[in-house]
Amino acid sequence: MPAPKTVTLLTAMHIGKPAIPVVKPGDTVKVGQLVAEQNGFVSSPVYASVSGTVKKIEDTLISSGVYVPAIIIESDGMMTPYENITPPVVTDYTSFISALKASGIVGLGGAGFPTFVKLDVKDTTRVDEIIINGAECEPYITSDTRTMLDRADDIAYAIKLFEDYLNVKKVYIGIEDKNKAAIAKMKELAASVPSVTVKVLPSLYPQGGEKVIIYNTTGKVVPAGKLPLDVGCVVCNCTTMASIADYMKTGMPLVEKCVTVDGSAVKCPKNVIVPIGTSLTDLFDFCGGLTDDVCKVLYGGPMMGISVPYTDVPVLKNTNAVIALGKKDSAEPKPTQCIHCGRCVTHCPLGLSSTAIGKAYEARDGAALEKLKVNVCMECGCCAFICPAKRPLVQTNRLAKGVLRDYITARQAKEKEEKKNG
Amino acid sequence: MDKLTVSVSPHLHSPVTTQKIMLDVIIALVPATIVGTVLFGLRSLLVVLVCVAAAVLSEFLFNIICKREQAISDLSAVVTGLILALNLPYSIPLWQAAVGSVFAIIVVKSLFGGIGQNFANPAATARIFMILSFSGTVAKAALPTIVDTVSTATPLSILKGTAEGVLPSVGNLLIGLRGGAIGETCVIALLLGGVYLIIKKVITWHTPVAFIMTVFVLSLIFSGSFNEAVVYTLSGGLFLGAIFMATDYSTTPTTLWGKVIFGFGCGFITVCIRFWGTYPEGVSFSILFMNIVTPYIEKLTAKKPFGGENK
Repeated sequence: MPAPKTVTLLTAMHIGKPAIPVVKPGDTVKVGQLVAEQNGFVSSPVYASVSGTVKKIEDTLISSGVYVPAIIIESDGMMTPYENITPPVVTDYTSFISALKASGIVGLGGAGFPTFVKLDVKDTTRVDEIIINGAECEPYITSDTRTMLDRADDIAYAIKLFEDYLNVKKVYIGIEDKNKAAIAKMKELAASVPSVTVKVLPSLYPQGGEKVIIYNTTGKVVPAGKLPLDVGCVVCNCTTMASIADYMKTGMPLVEKCVTVDGSAVKCPKNVIVPIGTSLTDLFDFCGGLTDDVCKVLYGGPMMGISVPYTDVPVLKNTNAVIALGKKDSAEPKPTQCIHCGRCVTHCPLGLSSTAIGKAYEARDGAALEKLKVNVCMECGCCAFICPAKRPLVQTNRLAKGVLRDYITARQAKEKEEKKNG
Repeated sequence: MDKLTVSVSPHLHSPVTTQKIMLDVIIALVPATIVGTVLFGLRSLLVVLVCVAAAVLSEFLFNIICKREQAISDLSAVVTGLILALNLPYSIPLWQAAVGSVFAIIVVKSLFGGIGQNFANPAATARIFMILSFSGTVAKAALPTIVDTVSTATPLSILKGTAEGVLPSVGNLLIGLRGGAIGETCVIALLLGGVYLIIKKVITWHTPVAFIMTVFVLSLIFSGSFNEAVVYTLSGGLFLGAIFMATDYSTTPTTLWGKVIFGFGCGFITVCIRFWGTYPEGVSFSILFMNIVTPYIEKLTAKKPFGGENK
């Protein structure tokens, strides 16, 4: 995609603290130049994705409901790379992690968790297996498949780095069985790298969920409230892997992203490599524009994606897809009474009992919610999808998590009080 | 471009709705209703219509009086009326059929909060209510009208020794040529409906198979005769109950093991009543009993959250 006229770089495109802008309006920047620096441990720097002039820095509302500074750059259309870019010097574990830190790479599958934090395992003997997530996380999305087909060399390069600096002995690549071409390509890769095994997984949503793919590739169960690392696993999205390789080879930080543009309201759906910060309006225009009956626009897929109120919002680091749905696909079904059919219970990939959670939530029963492990819910949306009464079950679970949090906070406060007094 | 809709995820929904599920149940009951009408005459159809109309009308009025949102379009009242009608003999006085339907909807279903909230199966409970209130007409052995060679009593009463007669052949039991309620006699028609529901994923096979197998095995043990065990299995309201009443969503467990336990419990109680109880038939009673223990079965068989053992 050609350089957009302007890009909007949010300082919060990752989980953690927003980055701090280091440029001011009027500054000229080039592609790959630092514009906002990491702030605190769980954070990630932001780099200019186009060359041009910083127009302004203003507070912008983001989807989580808070305002963060956004750096708006007017492009000169030249896409001139920053001259100080050189490949990082990586010799050992420590330099590998600090290079990752500087790369601005976050979990590109959608979570946006800073990659260096995930891989900063301190003790490399803790990692037994790396799972490369090639199971597209949601319906519609094909950007990871594209990466596996086009950037197999980069993925192989990143695997080599993981072997060298994290002492990884075993690598699984999980791919859904419908993606025959990607499986073939990755099997080719596996033939030349002995540590790699390609795992063909059933094409079932939510195959790309972290705990789901760990279980389906290694058979390991991540206990509630623990991290994959606690069972010796690290899951990395395949696009994240390719981006790591790219940075280590060239020194160009994360400034562009492969995004699936799809949905019934997009005239020419396709995968597009876009500069981060490009507005969805420009992106849709590049894909032939939107149909007149567009009714809903999503960041991410249809199951967990966030709907946005207008298309004048930027592509983020972790945006793997933008979906525009026409009227027919955006109808909001009216919820009716639960008929106790149990479909939500049989379809929950994490074995939760939605019906019981709903009752406990209505009673604001924190103790029951703790037993029902509502905190484990990854909000994949299977329950609400399958519900014949069209009840907003995911939303209930989200609210129930809040009730549980309050309950635990109150209990901890009480325990503290008791300790102090007695 | 107009304003965009902002809503919570997920943004896709399965096309299956409550109404479609209920419609599938009605479709699955069509074969049994048709065969019942052929066997017992047009009056059966009249009983069905009265029951369905009374069920829908009473739910409609109840919702108005109680200022509840109108929900008759979910078709669940139609299902309740239909199942109750198929549980009654064609000769039942129409006003009794209507009273039974109103009881099922108002007392058993609506007073507990309507669809999904009732703890007891409306049709089974209403049938029990009617057996107690109108024992003469409800428990009466109504005979198929198309042939006159059928024995004058229901097979279960003959087995029980409370009536004289010759047991029908297995072939006649399968096609429904025996005394009984409108929709319970033709095993083939009921099986057809059951297979349809399983294919459409409205129900799973667990409850019906567990229920029917338990009745067969226990009948074999207690009677000591293979032939009698077959007659026990193919008579009474077993197939109607096992396929259409023991699989009711609201009143039975949601977990697979729960469904197996539920089916087994129903089978066990049915056989106990048939062998040692006063009544020749126990399907409705067994379903009602198991409805009552359903919350405990649910608790016992609750799914363990993935990775939830921690702490």
